[in-house]
Amino acid sequence: MKKIGEPSTGEKVLRYLLLLLVLIITVGPFLWQLSTSLKGAGEDIYTSTPQFIPSQPTLNNYSQVADAIPVWRYIGNSLLVAFLTVGGNILFATTAGYAIARLRFRGRRIVLGLFLGTLILPGEVTIISQYVTVRDLGLADTLAGVALPGMVAALNVLLMFNAFRALPQEVDEAAVVDGATVAQRLLRVSLPAVRGTLAVVAIFSFIQAWDDFLWPLIVLTSPEKYTLTVGLQYLSGTFTQDQRLIAAGTMIAFIPIAILFSALQRSFFKGVEEGGVKG
Amino acid sequence: MKTHRWFTPWVLTLPALAWLLVFSVWPSINTLRLSFTDAKPLGGNADFVGVQNYSDLLHDGDVWNALLNSAVYMAICLPLLTVLPLLLAVLVERKLPFIAFFRTAFYVPVIASAVVVGLMWTWLLDDRGLINNLAKALHVVTAPVPFLTDRWLVLISAISLTVWKGLGYYMIVYLAALGNVRKDLHEAAAIDGAGPVRRFLTVTVPGVRGTMFLVAVLVSVAALRVFSELYILTGGKGGPGGKDQSLVMLIQQYAGGFYGNLGYASALSVLLFVVTVVPMAILARLNNRGES
Repeated sequence: MKKIGEPSTGEKVLRYLLLLLVLIITVGPFLWQLSTSLKGAGEDIYTSTPQFIPSQPTLNNYSQVADAIPVWRYIGNSLLVAFLTVGGNILFATTAGYAIARLRFRGRRIVLGLFLGTLILPGEVTIISQYVTVRDLGLADTLAGVALPGMVAALNVLLMFNAFRALPQEVDEAAVVDGATVAQRLLRVSLPAVRGTLAVVAIFSFIQAWDDFLWPLIVLTSPEKYTLTVGLQYLSGTFTQDQRLIAAGTMIAFIPIAILFSALQRSFFKGVEEGGVKG
Repeated sequence: MKTHRWFTPWVLTLPALAWLLVFSVWPSINTLRLSFTDAKPLGGNADFVGVQNYSDLLHDGDVWNALLNSAVYMAICLPLLTVLPLLLAVLVERKLPFIAFFRTAFYVPVIASAVVVGLMWTWLLDDRGLINNLAKALHVVTAPVPFLTDRWLVLISAISLTVWKGLGYYMIVYLAALGNVRKDLHEAAAIDGAGPVRRFLTVTVPGVRGTMFLVAVLVSVAALRVFSELYILTGGKGGPGGKDQSLVMLIQQYAGGFYGNLGYASALSVLLFVVTVVPMAILARLNNRGES
């Protein structure tokens, strides 16, 4: 009789072959783009016998991106938007999630219902009137206007709510008996217990802000205020001819987020398993 | 026992609540209001125009075309992104050496910007790009396949991109659900002589049934909201004759510039909301019926 949990050698080989196949499909395109970005002007990138390893690797394309578009400024703009988004979500999703989960007050169910209700609304549906709101606040064509609406996402409030709700009630009661204030209970007792979910909220907020395209495309009109994604699209519109340059540009946008993710992936996956995505 | 003062919860929820009201609740109401006006991107007076925008919308060929594209998008994405990530989750569920590496690697397309992967795929699918060159080298084709210039192939290319980018995301959703499937059922089925395929169909699938419905809803709504993939693959033009536009691309187009018309864009937004509610309602009904 075969036991589950101890795969046979044949099964293992098959599993690894499948894993490698999926790896090529998911990561291969990134490596091809990296390879293209490192190929010099002398190397034919359109050849019908594709070469994966650049014959004379060069960083020339990367410096040329900086000549074509103000890429450092775009990185700065994207970082500013991302930090505002992460900060707002960490702070306000934590406080709201905590209050709804751990404090009894009149209207709590209505507040929770409001946050839940907006979840079914696709963001694109309100993007036009959101632009009108931002414009009326005098924030059209500004980075503050790009960051503002995303600084508190209903989903993050609900994620924090779920995490706080899962903590045992006795911990709070003991702290109350000891005379701890709400702030002390939140910061010293509950928050350390939900670090996993907090990490998920932070990582998701950063990625979402850094990767966003449609909203900054609508809000921003001056090229010097572009975020990196809008700037990349601008680069590809002006320099469609040179794929090496576009490849270098995409790598500039991708590498920081890849590094951030690989540094935090352990806490990310742990946070997700803790119940980040469970209802 | 008094645990807090009456206003403390309100102080803590106020910022998030204010954001919700200003940037979700009010815009929802305002979208509806704007859809009956001729509001312009730069502001100024917006006049009430009744149902003009809605009747224009019914006679707009681009809108019907976008709805057709959405239907095709959803019809292909829904089965692929409901099933493939589940198979992938089953593949990475088993604790084998390096499995954490593979899980992380499969998630990479999810964290990359749609603009980044869109430009990557534009290069891969180019007439002189890697895929056409490989296909030619293997003598599969003689002339380059017009992935980015044929009306239907553009749509298929964008769908492939969406599926490719979504695999890792839904894989993680399934992975969390697989943890709750009872191990003893698997063992009992194995003792009864059920092979891996039988066990997948009789134990795994029923065990994650609820999650499959959730994923199906998420995938359908995401397919209807598609923007960046089509925008980037067609360089913002929407393919030959603008035939490869989605509803969100039309909304973006009317959001600004010379032809900007926020009233019409708002009517399109209301239409987008209506079409995203339909699959949600259908799938919720199916789910309830299956359970009762």
